[in-house]
Amino acid sequence: MTVKGLVCRNCGKEYPEAPVSICEECFGPLEVAYDYEKIKEAVSRKTIEGGPASLWRYKALLPVRGAPVDLGAGFTPLRKAENLGRALGLKELYIKNDSLNPTFSFKDRVVSVAVSKALEFSFSTVGCASTGNLASAVAAHGAKAGLTSYIFIPADLNPAKVAQALAYGPNLVCVDGNYDQVNRLCTEIAGYRNWAFVNINLRPYYAEGSKTLGFEVAEQLGWEVPDRVVVPAGSGSLLTKIWKGFRELNDVGILDGGPPRLTAAQSAGCSPITTAWRSGGDIRPVKPDTIEKSLAIGNPADGRYTLKALKETGGTAGSATDGEIIEGIKLLARTEGIFTETAGGVVIGTLKNLVERGEIDPDERTVAYITGCGLKTQDVLRQALPEPVYIRSDLGAFEAAIGHAHRQVAGEVA
Amino acid sequence: MALVRLSTPLRVHCGGKPELRAEGSTLREVISFIDRESPGFGDRVLKDGRINEFINIFVNNEDVRFLDGLETPVGPGDTISILPAVSGG
Repeated sequence: MTVKGLVCRNCGKEYPEAPVSICEECFGPLEVAYDYEKIKEAVSRKTIEGGPASLWRYKALLPVRGAPVDLGAGFTPLRKAENLGRALGLKELYIKNDSLNPTFSFKDRVVSVAVSKALEFSFSTVGCASTGNLASAVAAHGAKAGLTSYIFIPADLNPAKVAQALAYGPNLVCVDGNYDQVNRLCTEIAGYRNWAFVNINLRPYYAEGSKTLGFEVAEQLGWEVPDRVVVPAGSGSLLTKIWKGFRELNDVGILDGGPPRLTAAQSAGCSPITTAWRSGGDIRPVKPDTIEKSLAIGNPADGRYTLKALKETGGTAGSATDGEIIEGIKLLARTEGIFTETAGGVVIGTLKNLVERGEIDPDERTVAYITGCGLKTQDVLRQALPEPVYIRSDLGAFEAAIGHAHRQVAGEVA
Repeated sequence: MALVRLSTPLRVHCGGKPELRAEGSTLREVISFIDRESPGFGDRVLKDGRINEFINIFVNNEDVRFLDGLETPVGPGDTISILPAVSGG
């Protein structure tokens, strides 16, 4: 454990380790400060490679003291995506498939850290404001840790995300409003309830879990840095922490070279970060209007730091329309056999758009982060897919239906 | 007078109170009123005449950036929430 305390990202004021996330002086966000010299002595490629096949192999770089609340999050596959690369015109494309986590999204990484801290700080209740994936991650880790959980979501969330979250037995509160309104309500509740809101008062610790998506990609590429990573962006927290992850590995001497070109992917119906990046101005909040709910954050708290990450790494930002999101989901499934949720559709759609605009070079070694499973948002996809063939359980009926389809295809080819 | 709810880090600048009553017909006047009662409050909530970038202000649950910013009208029955920007997902 090598945590020095918390430090304000804006003014640099230092705080002791506590369940707080906002600087009292300037209201800037607090983040965890480490003693990197100590970490450097304690970790090496070898110690990491000898660790568990989860994000806890990087425990020396995470802010948790004792045994973590661990459902096995992290160390998900990084696969070379030759078919998709060919379809998009990229020579070396990889998919980091983080839908293969215990609750089927990357949020298990941040929540495993946050719920471990909730126990350290002796909370008996955990909570969150969620766009869907965080809900199940908090409910599941809360259940495992024996904590009461209160989950707040927008009432119009995808039905599969609601059902999944409910299965873990939390107190699920559906709020009549969008995510920004849910988050505002939770910020007010956190002001007087002694609960561990993972994304509010535990946010400095919670966010650290996302660094492991940077660590793993470097390790899985044989301790090398890719040229570019494409990251879905809602609040921008994930992207800035992946950035931090690559920098930290360099700082502690495990990795040579700076971070990759960070590239933010947003839904065109909620793209305050991409709009600011393209206009060169400040982040202006928007009211989301998109099928992509999990990135529908109109007022991205880490927006300014995301823009900084893009600028410092020579990255860029792009977006995908609702139609391009659906096509992105289908393209990934049909080329690589990976079924992602709408956020993954945003990543693939944005990647395609940026390659077509010439903003991504075909020779770049590119990693696309797929952060959630397709079963979570099948409601929006279903209507865009063809109907299957319905038949009686009869050979003649099969031949009548499928034989006809074959003849059609043969006719087209001829 | 409007009801003003303050988040935890702001309370230390207003005598620790979670909420207070303030006069003013616009958000700007309300902030000035609180600043007279608790000197220094205005300097923390505002920066260069604009709302501090790390703070979100809501009038009756609507972000004032979608209303008229500091010139948003405020009535006696209105509720103002002054909160830090928080991330999530």
